[in-house]
Amino acid sequence: MSRIIPMNSNTVPHLSARAIDKGYRKGEHQVPVLRGVDASVSRGEFLSIVGQSGSGKSTLMHLLGLLDVPDRGEVTLDGKRIDNLPARSRDELRNKVFGFVFQFYHLLPELTLLENVLTPLMIRYSRWEFMKRKKEFHAMGVDLVEKVGLGHRLKHRPSELSGGEMQRAAIARALIGQPSVLLADEPTGNLDSRTGADIMKLLHTLNEQDQLTIIMVTHDDAIARQAQRIVRLSEGRIQTLEEAAA
Amino acid sequence: MYKSLLANRYLRTRFIALASIISVTLGVATMIVVNSVMSGFSYQMKDRIHGILADLMIESTSMDGTQNPPQELIDDVMKIIGDEVVAITPTMEIYGMMSFEWAGQTVNKPVTLIGIVPDGKDAVSPLKQYMLSRKAIEQDGKIIREPLRDMHEPLDWSLTEQAIQVRKERADYINLKSMWEDSYGAANRRQPLPEKAVVQISDIEIVESDETASPEATTIDLVDSTFEISEQSEPPTSEMPAFQDPFSSNKPSEKIDLTKPLSGKVFIGAGLVSFPYKDRDTGETRIMYMTQPGWDVNFTTISTGVPKPVSFPATVVDIFQSGMSEYDSNLVFCNLEELQQVRGMMAFADPSKPEDNLNWKNGAITTLQIKLKDYTKAPAIIRKLQMELPNQTDFQVRTWEQKQGPLLEAVAVESAILNVLLFMIIMVAGFGILATFYMIVVEKTRDIGILKSLGASSGGIMFIFLRYGFYLGVVGSSTGVALGLLFVYYINEIESLLSRITGEDVFNEAIYYFKDIPVMVSPMMVVWVALGAIYIALLASVLPAYRASQMHPVRALRSE
Repeated sequence: MSRIIPMNSNTVPHLSARAIDKGYRKGEHQVPVLRGVDASVSRGEFLSIVGQSGSGKSTLMHLLGLLDVPDRGEVTLDGKRIDNLPARSRDELRNKVFGFVFQFYHLLPELTLLENVLTPLMIRYSRWEFMKRKKEFHAMGVDLVEKVGLGHRLKHRPSELSGGEMQRAAIARALIGQPSVLLADEPTGNLDSRTGADIMKLLHTLNEQDQLTIIMVTHDDAIARQAQRIVRLSEGRIQTLEEAAA
Repeated sequence: MYKSLLANRYLRTRFIALASIISVTLGVATMIVVNSVMSGFSYQMKDRIHGILADLMIESTSMDGTQNPPQELIDDVMKIIGDEVVAITPTMEIYGMMSFEWAGQTVNKPVTLIGIVPDGKDAVSPLKQYMLSRKAIEQDGKIIREPLRDMHEPLDWSLTEQAIQVRKERADYINLKSMWEDSYGAANRRQPLPEKAVVQISDIEIVESDETASPEATTIDLVDSTFEISEQSEPPTSEMPAFQDPFSSNKPSEKIDLTKPLSGKVFIGAGLVSFPYKDRDTGETRIMYMTQPGWDVNFTTISTGVPKPVSFPATVVDIFQSGMSEYDSNLVFCNLEELQQVRGMMAFADPSKPEDNLNWKNGAITTLQIKLKDYTKAPAIIRKLQMELPNQTDFQVRTWEQKQGPLLEAVAVESAILNVLLFMIIMVAGFGILATFYMIVVEKTRDIGILKSLGASSGGIMFIFLRYGFYLGVVGSSTGVALGLLFVYYINEIESLLSRITGEDVFNEAIYYFKDIPVMVSPMMVVWVALGAIYIALLASVLPAYRASQMHPVRALRSE
């Protein structure tokens, strides 16, 4: 757990944001959210972004995950700039490279657990391709659902699941497309401490066993400290970078 | 894949959207029902118009008819278009007035007299099927009278057994009456009887067509109903009280055989001599006939040249009911020879023996009716006739559709307007879908954000909602089609149910002449209506779908 990766290594970081400015327009005023933020993560690293509400941590995560575009600065993936790509390519990157986990799980209420988990693959492949490889995908999905410990819930609707189960399902959905980066926005924020700990355990397992790069946004220092490295944000600027005490 | 899956799930889980589609369903169902009934009516009507008119008519522009003998014209026509003709028959159309006695009154009706050669006319446009003597008469679903003769018997001017019987009874009655008049009624006589054959047209009220006259209902006015047979050119002598023929017989009616039909013979439209009435006891609608086959009626029309009124009596041979009220209450088919003779169009006619050598070939005609092998070729045939017919300026060549143009156009315009209105109803339904869809998109904002975060493209999101709209359209219009077709299929049952509930006859047979409501479902119409409704639902979902596709993923995810 205490593997230390130097900040300024010569290797190109897997995903990085450089000199990011981002603001939102509120009525007539431009409200700055991020001001010249740098952040990067290497392959297989577990980074957490900590800050109070309104510090811009979620915005940073959205920018890294291409859900939004920065006003200034750039986001690179393996050294290549990705934030200025056309919408189509960014959609594709979101589908293939990133996996998202949200605080409120965000499962689609009309679909069963398994269908929710398989959604990224349905989006990635054409209808025909998907039908052709349906068995394969299905097995993959079932495997993954079992891995997050929900094998008995395959056909259930999200409304029939508990919070922890929904979050596990969301993680399974984020992983089905075999992403290289998992972006988690307050994954434990809506769960009690014990379920939260279970989720964190799951994330650690994924990070260690599968060498999955994880960027986790949280306001909870205790949770953040479980990561390898912490980026602390305050009012849109980087406050400190610190190695997490394992 | 996710698009159809989600659209499918939305369809199954969002009942409010299904509610919004009900208006589409109803619109489609209404359109199908209305169109089917309208085209049913219009088809039946066309059928009936066509049934009495012919495919093609060559009409003389003059009321006096053709200059040359009709056979010459027929030969000319056959020379030009002989290959296309199935049958050809000479006719004469002239306006006139019919009068007869009924319930003590003289009933006068303007009519169109059509002189025909029965078998020829029947070959051009089947007339037999409309004759009451060849039809079973039904009342309240029960046959109250079997056909009096076979439907397939050739059409001619012969009376049925029953009509002969009626005529005999009538002759006996008239003879008796005049004997009584001669013996006792001389003092009451206001005017002298004319010296020539006199036929009294009296009036017997009959409730069912074959019921014999009941004495109470019988009234006879001797004076007003007399007229002359043989000398058409002179005004009726009965109007001249001063004139007394010293050789006049006391029993003029014995001079001719009253049981023999007159030389003038007619088929009368049912609407001219009948009317529906409500039975005071049962409250049921019945048809009252004012005359019946075997009786005589009187006609007045004009002679050729400088028009002078000419009158002639004729024996009612049959009553026809084509179902086209315009025909049934206007047309009287008469034997062509009699009409030619009366109007002075008959060459070589011997005035002293008017009934001999009567042949239409010796007289003029006004119209040639033609039945074509292939009606679709009519325009070309008309052009050909107009080019090649000698003395073409004397004739006008028209199809039955052109002759009835205004009526058919009125129906077409009516149905077009109705369709536009009904389609507007479906469009209103489209706006309902639009509003509902907007709400659904707002409700689904977060899901849209999720899908975008999972890599769904804007096009993909748009497609979900377009597909959803399409599904709704398909569901709405197919339910509508099913409902509409079901309604059309059971329309008569529904009509009788409505009649029973409201206590009023919704679809009165006596008014429309149809026993059942005629319907005709055209598959193309159904397809177009269904496609139109789907298209509208699709169109209504474009705007909300576009809005959904343009949603910003982060803002969408944040929405609660």
